[in-house]
Amino acid sequence: MKQKMTVAEKREARWGYLFVAPTMIGLIVLNFYPFFNTIYQSFCKTGDFGRGNKFVGLVNYQAVLTKSETWQALWNTIKYAIIEVPLGIVIALLLAVLLNKKIAGKSVYRTIFFLPMVCAPAAVAMVWKWLYNTQFGLLNNIFGTKIAWISDPKIAWISIGIIGVWSIIGYNMVLFIGGLQEIPGDYYEAASIDGATGIRAFFHITLPLLSPTTFFIVQTRIIGALTIFDLMFMVMDKTNVALPKVQSIVYLFYQYAFTNGDKGYGATIVMVLVIFIMIITFILQKLEKRVVYHN
Amino acid sequence: MEGYAAKQRNIKIVMHVVLIIMSFIMLVPFAWMILTALKTNQEAISVSPFYILPHSGWHWENFGKVWQSYNFITLYKNTLLMIFWRVVCAVLTATMAGYAFGRLKFPGRNFLFSLILVQMMIPAQIFIIPQYLMVSKLGMLNSMFGLVFPGLVTAFGTYLLKTGYEGLPKDLEEAAMIDGCNVGQRFLFIMMPLTQSSMVSLGIFTAVFAFKDLMWPMIVCTNADTTTLSAGLAKMQGQYGSEYPTMMAAATLAVLPMIVIYVIFQKQFVEGIATSGGKL
Repeated sequence: MKQKMTVAEKREARWGYLFVAPTMIGLIVLNFYPFFNTIYQSFCKTGDFGRGNKFVGLVNYQAVLTKSETWQALWNTIKYAIIEVPLGIVIALLLAVLLNKKIAGKSVYRTIFFLPMVCAPAAVAMVWKWLYNTQFGLLNNIFGTKIAWISDPKIAWISIGIIGVWSIIGYNMVLFIGGLQEIPGDYYEAASIDGATGIRAFFHITLPLLSPTTFFIVQTRIIGALTIFDLMFMVMDKTNVALPKVQSIVYLFYQYAFTNGDKGYGATIVMVLVIFIMIITFILQKLEKRVVYHN
Repeated sequence: MEGYAAKQRNIKIVMHVVLIIMSFIMLVPFAWMILTALKTNQEAISVSPFYILPHSGWHWENFGKVWQSYNFITLYKNTLLMIFWRVVCAVLTATMAGYAFGRLKFPGRNFLFSLILVQMMIPAQIFIIPQYLMVSKLGMLNSMFGLVFPGLVTAFGTYLLKTGYEGLPKDLEEAAMIDGCNVGQRFLFIMMPLTQSSMVSLGIFTAVFAFKDLMWPMIVCTNADTTTLSAGLAKMQGQYGSEYPTMMAAATLAVLPMIVIYVIFQKQFVEGIATSGGKL
């Protein structure tokens, strides 16, 4: 049995409830109810004008899971992640290591690399679309090529991935710099006495001690990349022949739920995405104990 | 020792070369955006001769044209208001809840806080359809309320502020308690001012992500005069996608204000976004 609360404790508890009430009510209305509602809708057929949800059981799931379009979109999303996550992280780590040294112009470089982070992806994507333009684009003009950067199904996904890398380097870099600054300097001093400097110190001291930061970035970037939408939406025209080989799973969701107005089908696509992300998260949690170095 | 100094100097040079090349890659899209915005359409699409700079004068009037024909004042106003309300709501609710979770004892606290953590793990896409249907049923499509709606509260912000309050020393509050301050006074006058940096971080984080969001404004605000810069750009591209100088002028106008604010407050920006992200 719990002891009875004193008057002061009761008063404190009342304040506590008062203070968390707005957030908790908001979470229930904005997140927890929608969470269950989306699950429910994925079992429903949306009537015309979004009215009259009819319970249809697994019909949507059957449709979503048997369409090759769904699996292609999932594969497209994974391919995007395969470019954005590793490249975005390796380049960012290199820059972070350089900027963590005593070097002139440090804050200018940091400002430049971080710049895409404060730009609307819609605008960024428009600019890159123009750079990639087959006839008039800067890239083809400079290299004297005629590459269809964003309309050749074989390379369009790479081109989109490059925009993703360009956009995220600065953010990853700043997180890495934060991680690097937490490594105590005496580790390096001790290592240099043992003759480990430069590259060897990087692999034997920096990388292991940085692994919690690296793991965190990998985890958040994988989930970020799997929910990519803006770049595909802004860069790929609806008439672009490469679209089926590039559109992400969230793009597909947007098309069905809001362009076609089929909320039930859209909800089912979201469920596929959420389940996929949960599996990935679970695997990453299992991996964490093995790859992250703990002092 | 001279060899050592020379080696160090060479390393520095190589480092600068790498950094300068990367800076160049990062800046080229911005430079090309602005240069194209200042050209005529003819120049923008001329391949041979290929012009890097505008050669028939700098066409600043492109900006004026875009400004008027796309109603940029409305887009700025909508975006600014949306950011304002989202920041106010997020900081207000999160700082209150953060204080309660971090400093007060009440039955069910751990359970309620675990709900906050659960929300942070769920991909936000799962909330969108019902959120849209709610806004739609309330008759609030194409309104400021609709734009702000998903950002009324923030689980992540609550988590961030809770961490901030937990880090504060205990004796401060105890002294105030002896002086007869109630919980509300302790929160308002003693504890809250000490978490300013966390609040600024959350504010900047909220503002930047509200500014960048594309899907939500496209869904709830389909009218050109109720939507935000991001969604407005998407609309423009659909209509005038092949008028490159116009599109680049629009893109420039959309990103410039945030870039200027960022360059002025860059320390707070980088810290705000990074510490927020870093603790997520």
